[in-house]
Parts: sequence; structure tokens; C-alpha cells
Amino acid sequence: MVRRSTQNAISMKIEAKEVAVEFHDLTVSYDKKPVLWNIDMTLPKGKLIGIIGPNGAGKSTLIKSAMGLLPLSSGYVRMFDQALNDIRQQVSYVPQRETVDWDFPTSVLDVVLMGRYSKLGLFKRVRKADKEMAMACLKKVGMEAFTKRQISQLSGGQQQRVFLARALAQDADLYFMDEPFAGVDAATESAILDVLRELTTQGKTVIVVHHDLQSAAAFFDWIVLLNMRLVAVGPIEEVFTNHLLQEAYGGKLTVLSEVSELIKKRRIPSRERY
Amino acid sequence: METLRTFFSFSDPNIVAVVVGAMLLTASSAVVGTFTLLKKKALVGDAVAHAVLPGICLAFLLSGNKHPLLLIVGAFVTGWISLVLIDYITAKSKIKEDTAIALILSVSFGVGILLLTYIQKTGNAAQTGLESFLFGKAAALVGQDLWVFGVVAVLLILMVSLFFKELKLIAFDENYAAALGLPVRALNLLLTSLTVLAVVTGIQAVGVVLMAAMLITPAAAARFWTNDVLKMTIIAALMGAFSGLAGAFVSYTAPTMPTGPWIVMIISIIALISFFFAPSRGIISKSIEQQRLQFLIMEENLLKELYHLGEIDEDPFKRRTIDELIAKRFFPRLPLKSALGRLRRQGYISRKEDGFQLTKEGRTKGKRVVKLHRLWELYLSRYMKIAPDHVHEDAETIEHVITPALEAELERLMDYPELDPHDSKIPY
Ligand SMILES: Nc1ncnc2c1ncn2[C@@H]1O[C@H](COP(=O)(O)OP(=O)(O)O)[C@@H](O)[C@H]1O
Ligand SMILES: [Mg+2]
Repeated sequence: MVRRSTQNAISMKIEAKEVAVEFHDLTVSYDKKPVLWNIDMTLPKGKLIGIIGPNGAGKSTLIKSAMGLLPLSSGYVRMFDQALNDIRQQVSYVPQRETVDWDFPTSVLDVVLMGRYSKLGLFKRVRKADKEMAMACLKKVGMEAFTKRQISQLSGGQQQRVFLARALAQDADLYFMDEPFAGVDAATESAILDVLRELTTQGKTVIVVHHDLQSAAAFFDWIVLLNMRLVAVGPIEEVFTNHLLQEAYGGKLTVLSEVSELIKKRRIPSRERY
Repeated sequence: METLRTFFSFSDPNIVAVVVGAMLLTASSAVVGTFTLLKKKALVGDAVAHAVLPGICLAFLLSGNKHPLLLIVGAFVTGWISLVLIDYITAKSKIKEDTAIALILSVSFGVGILLLTYIQKTGNAAQTGLESFLFGKAAALVGQDLWVFGVVAVLLILMVSLFFKELKLIAFDENYAAALGLPVRALNLLLTSLTVLAVVTGIQAVGVVLMAAMLITPAAAARFWTNDVLKMTIIAALMGAFSGLAGAFVSYTAPTMPTGPWIVMIISIIALISFFFAPSRGIISKSIEQQRLQFLIMEENLLKELYHLGEIDEDPFKRRTIDELIAKRFFPRLPLKSALGRLRRQGYISRKEDGFQLTKEGRTKGKRVVKLHRLWELYLSRYMKIAPDHVHEDAETIEHVITPALEAELERLMDYPELDPHDSKIPY
């Protein structure tokens, strides 16, 4: 069942109708410097999937490019066998907590309501139904007592839960989350995990960037091991082998990084167009 | 006094027009500036403010008249060009954004002054009055100018209210906005256009030199008074309008005086007042809060030491003198006396002659602080593997911040331990 693909990565074949996301030969660069090379994989529906890899492995880059936030050097990403733009309403994103200024003058409820903006459309004000939905999401993450709180007064774990509630308010089928467990206490961690598990039991797909190996084994059904390229992808028991972990974490891929630097210096396009 | 009365009776329709105009211009700049500030683009606003001057001069030179629409178009074009150049320089060279902004700002302002001097030399400056663009002239806002700029100002406020939730979202979390599928590029373009337009209209009242202050200062001042974007926008608009009113008054009483410096001075005073006196975010309220915390910590430390002394002597309610307390733990004498006074008023200690003793409530409170201190020491040495002789300092601070909920959690986690790492009994 498990096979070595041409990229020398372990990957699983899944039936087309079971596919939530397909990454097809994806290469992503910042300022001409490639940080992800030829990512080629399919991820199944209804699973809690962890993207694991050392710092700078390109985990955030991978889900940002899936959400259409970055230009792709090559390849494409499809979800439920459709282009992202056709099913955006079904896809939800939780950015890394540090990417926003938490001193922004707004309240917890207002942030969660942002999850309703795409359904509302331009010019429309939030309605009572949206507020009720946002409240329900806050309740799910155990933050209903903080509705009116200014967001800078929250702890790291609480901020993380507000972001999660905002994503839930989108009522999507596929969730991409960037380090939702980073900097949270044990109680918050298990609260968040419960919410994610509940989503998958409803048939939704949850893809989570995570950098702690130890807890990863306990959290996820499927694992993507990443280090600038795809090291392995599959059910946890098949991917979490010493050998593969070594490959993902065993030092930086010096050759790959050096080549990236060279490409940047010489301004060579990472993919030839002709 | 007499002029003040005449002015505020608004009997002269000219005065009404100038006042309404100036208030609209400053309020609309403040509304747009709120988002410029929240998007952390204050410096960019400054560059645009200076870059519109060459546009105004060029529009005049090319057309030979100063119809406000022409001047707006000219200003808009060079304002935009400056933004594009800043982006281009930042993206394509090693020059950082702040340097690029400074570069564009000074070069375009220099060109603007050059053109202005040329226009003045050619002799039709008196008729144009273009130099009032440098420092603003609210009183010049009459007739056609007033109409055009008034309409633009209303339009600005209208656009911000129409796109309020989208502008708020791209200011807070642009990536998320893009992930939602909002047209982020178009929205950014909109905000930039609004900023340029706000600058173009605002300079009628304030002038090129101080326009950036007009854009940003009301929003910065308003931020002190609220934690809500909508309220912040409204407060900024009101503050801006008030400074505009003041500017119109100055312009009315002293027609030769440029209004810009006055308007900006008023708004700066408002900002200073906000900085000092705003509740919770102002520095006075912050330092009072700090002081309160200091008092609380000292009081808790005193109760703790009294409890501790009682533990040593096995006589919890024994009377202690001030010297005994200082010998136990150094407290400066004066603050110590006032802290003892406060504790007495709160009923935690009582005094007889030179001695102070814990009341029952005081003993309970002192006991809790000691308990928290020892629980935390134990937690540190058990869970963080910190050596017992290193945990005391940390516990000194933590004992004052642990909430009852955390206290219960610690007790449960360590299963109501008896002894701390120094083998002192943990009191329950
Ligand atoms: N905006 C950016 N511009 C240039 N390089 C970037 C940018 N963001 C990330 N990188 C680089 O891309 C690589 C992958 O980053 P990232 O996806 O954030 O990794 P991870 O999330 O796995 O820690 C890193 O080497 C990082 O320095
Ligand atoms: Mg990351």
C-alpha cells in the first residue's frame, strides 16, 4: 500500500472521491528563492492531518499557498476536485497568531464575526443570526465569557481560541490551521483538540501545522512530514518511523538550501517556462 | 471677545460656509486617517502629503487657472505616483521602506517648492494664492472651492462607512481577508485612493507641510479613549472637526494668518491631553494603576511577614513593633507606616501602643499569601526542575498574581502537598 514515489517520498494512494486536497507538483518561492520543492500529494477527507517539520521547513508556506495567499512558481492545488476560487466558502484558514497586532482596537466578538464576512458580502452589516452563530462558536471553544473583552487583554491560549472560533464561524468543510497549539497551556490544548476531533467526526477535514513531534503522535490520524520537500505522507503508524523522522528532522537540507540561495542570487526562475 | 461673539453667532453666511467647510475637511481627513494609522501607513501619508504639491503646481502651470477640480486631479496624480515609486523602490532595490519614503518625500517636496517659486517669479502668484497650499487657509474656502472640496469630503466619509467592515478587516488581518476571498487588492487600492484624496482636500485647510499631522493625530488621540474601531473613527472625526472649527475662527479674526499651524496645534493639544488624561490608556491613569499595584504588593508582603513571624513564635496574634518588622524584612520606614495605616483601615491589623497585630481576617489573608508562595516554589522545583535554592525570588512575585482559579488548579495538580521544597509546612 505504501510506496516510494518518484520524489523519493512515501505516499499513499487514495481514491479520487475521498480526496480533500490535491497538491500537484507544487513549487513555491519567495523573491525567486524556492522554499518548497515539487510537493505532490493527496490528503483524504474527514481526517485530522498534521503537517510536521522543523522550523523553516515551509509548513506555513504550504498552507498559505493552498489558501491562494502566495504566487506559485509551478503546480496547482485543488480541493474537493475543484479550484479554490469555486469553493472558497467551504474552506477556512487560521493564520499564525503572531501575524496580527493584538493591540488592534476590537473585541473578541468582532473578531469572530469576521468569519461571517464572506457570507455577508460587501456593504452588508452583520445580522442577528451572524451574532448568534459567532456566540455559538465562542461557546464551542469555551470563550463565551469573553465576548466584549478587548483582544489585547487575552492570554496567548485565549487568542488562539478566538482565532479558532472565527474559523468555525465560517462553517466550512475544510480547515487549514497554522500552529493552533503554539503557546497554549495544557487545558487549552485539549480543549482545542476536542473541537478539531468533533469537526472530523462530522466529516470535515482539518489540516494543522504543528511543530511538536511528541504530541503529534497522539493528536493526528494522518501526518505530512515536510522539510522543504515532501518527506512522507500517510497514516500516522506508517509515517512515524525513526527513519523518516530522521530524514525530516536530520539537520537542514544543506544542498537544497544552498541551491535555493544560488537561484536567488543569479535570479534564475525556479521553473523554466519553455 | 466681541469677535468671538460675532463669529459664533454665525450671523454672517460667509462664516457658516467657512466653518462647515473647515470642519468637513478636517473631519474627513481624520476618518480616513484612522485607517491609515491602523494599517501602520502613517509615514506613507506623510510622503503623499508632500508629493501632492508638485501636482498642484503642474496643474496650474499647464492649465493656467486654479479650478479646484484641476488642482485635485494634479495632486491626485503626483500623490499616486509617489506611492507607486515607494513600492517599486522597496521591491526592486535593497533600500528599505522608511528610506524610500524619506527619499520620495524630500525629492517631491523639493520639486514642488521649485515649481511654486517659479510660478511666483512669473508674477501671477498674487492672483493664484497658490502659496496658501503650503500652510493652509481656511478662510479662502468660499464659493466653488468650498463646494468641490465639501463634496469630496462627504464622499470620503461615505466611502469609509460603506466599506467599514472590509477596511477594518484588511487593517487587522489582511491574510485572513484574502483567505475569505475578499478583493484585498481592490480594497487596498481604495484605501490608498481615499488617503490621497483626504490629503488633497485636507491641505486646503491645513497646508502641505502639516497635512500628515492632520491625517494621523486625531486617530492617534482617539485611540486613547476607546478599544473599538467604530468609536475610534467617530471620536477622531469629532476631534478633527473641533480643530477645524478653531482654524476657521483664527482665519476669520486674522485673515493674513495661515490656518494650518493653528489647526494642528489644537489637535496636538487634544492629543497631549489624551496621552496624559485618558482613562486606562493615558499615562496618568496607568501610573495610578501601577501605584495601586505597588501598594497591594507591599500590603500583602506585610501580612505575609506578620503571619510568618507568628509561625516562628507559634503565636499568630502577637504584637510586633515597626523595628521588629524591619528586622524581619527590609521595608523603608515611611511607606511601611502608611501601609500599616491602610491595613488598619481595611481591618487586617489592629494597633495597640507601639505594636501591631493581625486580626482574624488579616491572618487568613497572610496565610493565603504564604501558601501561594510555598505552592509556587514546590511547583517550580517539581515541574520545572528548578533547584530549591533558586525558587524563592520567583515566588516572591508570583504569590501576588495567582488567581483563586489557578490556586485551586495548583492544589489539585500537586494533590494538596504538605511541605514546600524547603520543608516548610504549606498552610491550608
Ligand atoms: N515573506 C517571506 N519572504 C522571504 N522568505 C520567507 C518569507 N516567509 C518565509 N520565508 C522563508 O521561507 C522558509 C519557510 O518558511 P515557513 O513556511 O514560515 O516555515 P515554517 O512555517 O515551516 O516554520 C523559511 O526559510 C523562511 O525564512
Ligand atoms: Mg510557520
